[in-house]
Amino acid sequence: MTAVKQGAPEEGALEEGAPEKRAVAVPPARPPARGGAVTLRWVAARVLGWSVLAGFAVAVLYPLLWMVLSGFKDNQEIFEQPWGLPGALRWENYARAWELGVVRYFTNSVIVTVASIVATTLISAWAAYGLCRLRMPFGNAVALLVLGGLLLSPTVALIPLFRLLTSIGLFDTYWALIVLYTAFRVPFTIFLIRAYMIELPREVDEAATLDGASPTQIFWRVILPMCRPILVSAALLQALFAWNEFAFALVFVSDDAMKTLPVGLMAMQSRLLTDWPVVLAGLTIAALPTILLFLAGQRQFIRGLTEGVGK
Amino acid sequence: MGALLTRWRTVVWVLPAVLLLLVFVYYPIADNLRLSLFSWNAFSPEPRFVGLDNYAEAFGDPVFWRALLNNVAYAVVSLVCQAGVSLVLAALLEELVGRRLRGLLRTLYFIPAATSITVAGVLFSFLYNPRYGLVNEALQAVGLGHLARAWLGEEGSAIWSVIAMSQWQGIGYTAVLFVVAIQRIPREFFEAARVDGAGPVRTFFSVTLPMVREMTTLVVILTISGAFLVFNEVMVMTSGGPDNSSQVLGTWLYHQAFFEDDMGYAAAVATVVFVVTFAIAALQLALSRRRRDDA
Repeated sequence: MTAVKQGAPEEGALEEGAPEKRAVAVPPARPPARGGAVTLRWVAARVLGWSVLAGFAVAVLYPLLWMVLSGFKDNQEIFEQPWGLPGALRWENYARAWELGVVRYFTNSVIVTVASIVATTLISAWAAYGLCRLRMPFGNAVALLVLGGLLLSPTVALIPLFRLLTSIGLFDTYWALIVLYTAFRVPFTIFLIRAYMIELPREVDEAATLDGASPTQIFWRVILPMCRPILVSAALLQALFAWNEFAFALVFVSDDAMKTLPVGLMAMQSRLLTDWPVVLAGLTIAALPTILLFLAGQRQFIRGLTEGVGK
Repeated sequence: MGALLTRWRTVVWVLPAVLLLLVFVYYPIADNLRLSLFSWNAFSPEPRFVGLDNYAEAFGDPVFWRALLNNVAYAVVSLVCQAGVSLVLAALLEELVGRRLRGLLRTLYFIPAATSITVAGVLFSFLYNPRYGLVNEALQAVGLGHLARAWLGEEGSAIWSVIAMSQWQGIGYTAVLFVVAIQRIPREFFEAARVDGAGPVRTFFSVTLPMVREMTTLVVILTISGAFLVFNEVMVMTSGGPDNSSQVLGTWLYHQAFFEDDMGYAAAVATVVFVVTFAIAALQLALSRRRRDDA
C-alpha cells in the first residue's frame, strides 16, 4: 500500500489534504447533464441512497444510545418502557457499577494497556530502526521472522502458552498479559513504523554521524522525534487492541482481582443477572475510553489502520 | 575487526523483538503441533504419545464439523457485509454526502469497532433477550410478533444472532478502509467518467470497483481469516451453546482444553485452525508480492 509520508502533506492523510482540489473536481452529484431536468429516477435514487446511509447510522448508533440511556433507568423502566427516556438521571447506577467491580477491572485494564503500549512501541521502534537504518547482519532473516509473526494468530497458541506461562510463573499476573500483548503486536507495529521510518532521508543520519553522534544518539534525538506521527498511530492502535483483548485475558488470568474489563464485565453480568441498569452503566463506562480516544485521535487512527492493513 | 564488532552490535536493536517473537509466538505454535500428538491433561505430568489419534477423534466428532460449518457461515456472511455492503456504503458516502457531513458519518460508522467485543456482546445479549429485549419488542411493534424468539437460546438462531452482532461491529470498520481507498483514486478518473456521460452506478462499476481492487482483496482475506479465528463474540454471547449449536473452532478448542481437560484434542483443533489461517495469510502475502512486482 502506498502512502503519503513527506512531512507536511502527510498531515492530510484523509480528504482534508486537498479540500480545494476536491471541491473543484467532484461537485456534489448534480442532476444528469444530458436532460438538464431533475428526473424522477434521479430523485428516487438519491432518496434511496440517503436512506441507506441514514438507516445505517441509526442502526449503528441506536444500540449504543440505548445502552447509555438504560444505564440511567431503573429496572421497571427498562422492562416496561424499553424505548422510553429514563425518568431521572440515576447517576447512582453508574456509581454502583463502578463500586461493584468496574473500578478494579478498569484499573487493571489501564495498567496492562499502558505498559503494553510503552513496551510495544519502544521495542518495535528499536527493531524498525535496526532493520531499515543500520547495516545489520542477518537483517533479511529478521525481517522474515517478523513478517512470519504477522501470520500467526493468538487463538492457535492458547494451549502451549498456558503451559509456558504456568511453568515460568507468569500465569495470573499482569505480566502474562503485558508480555503477550507486546509479543503478538510487535510484528504489526514494526511494519507500521518501518514503513514510515524508511522514507526519512538518509542525509539525516549522515549529517548526525558527521557531527559525531552514535547510532544510539541518532535514534533517540533524531529518528524517534521525526517518527512522532506514526508512533502516535501505533500507540492508539495498541491501546484499542489491549483495552479490548479478550481471549488471553480470559485464559491467563483467573483471579477476579486481576481481571481486565472485557473479562470482568462478563463476570459482572453473571453476578448481577437481574440488575440490568447497573450492568449497562458498567458497559458504558468500559466503552467510553476507547471511543473517546478514537474521537480525539481519529486521523492518526485511520492512518495506522490503512497503513498497517496493507503490510 | 572493530568494524565487524560495530556491525554485530547493531543486532542489539532487534534483539528484544526477536526474543519475544521466538519465545511467545513461534515456540508456542511449534509446541502446539507437538502437543497435538499426545494425550494429556493439565494434571497429567506424563503426556502419552498417541500419534494422530487426536485428529482422528476430531474428524469423527460431529461437534467439530458443526463448529467448522459455523466458521464457514461466519465467513460467508462477513464477506457479503464487510466486503460488499461496506463498499456500497463507502461509495454512497463519497457520492452523495458533502465534506463535513461525510466526516461525521464516517466517524459514527466506526464507533462500534472502537468498542470492545465484550461491550458489544453483552449489550446485544440484552437486545436479544426473549422477554424484554428490543429485538422482540420491535418485531411485535411492527406486527411481526410471530418471528420473536429466544435469539441466543435456540439452536436454530444462536449462531446467526452472534454473526449479526459481528456485522454491526465490523461493517463501519471496513467501510472506513474503503473510504480511504476511494479517496486515493485520482480525481481525473471520475472526471473522465462524468464527461463520458456515465451515471453514478456506471461510474461505480467501471471506476470505483476496479480502482479499489487492492483494498477489496485485502478486506476479503482479513474477513475470511477473521471468521476462522472468531472466539470472543461466541464466548461472550453463547459460550457455544445451546447444545454446542453455536460452537466455532476457537470456542470448541477452548472448551475441550479448559472444561473437558482434553488438551491433546484441543491442540489438534488448534492445528486445524492454524493450517487454515496460515494458508489464507500466505495467499495474501503471495498476492501482495505479485502486485508489487507488477507495479
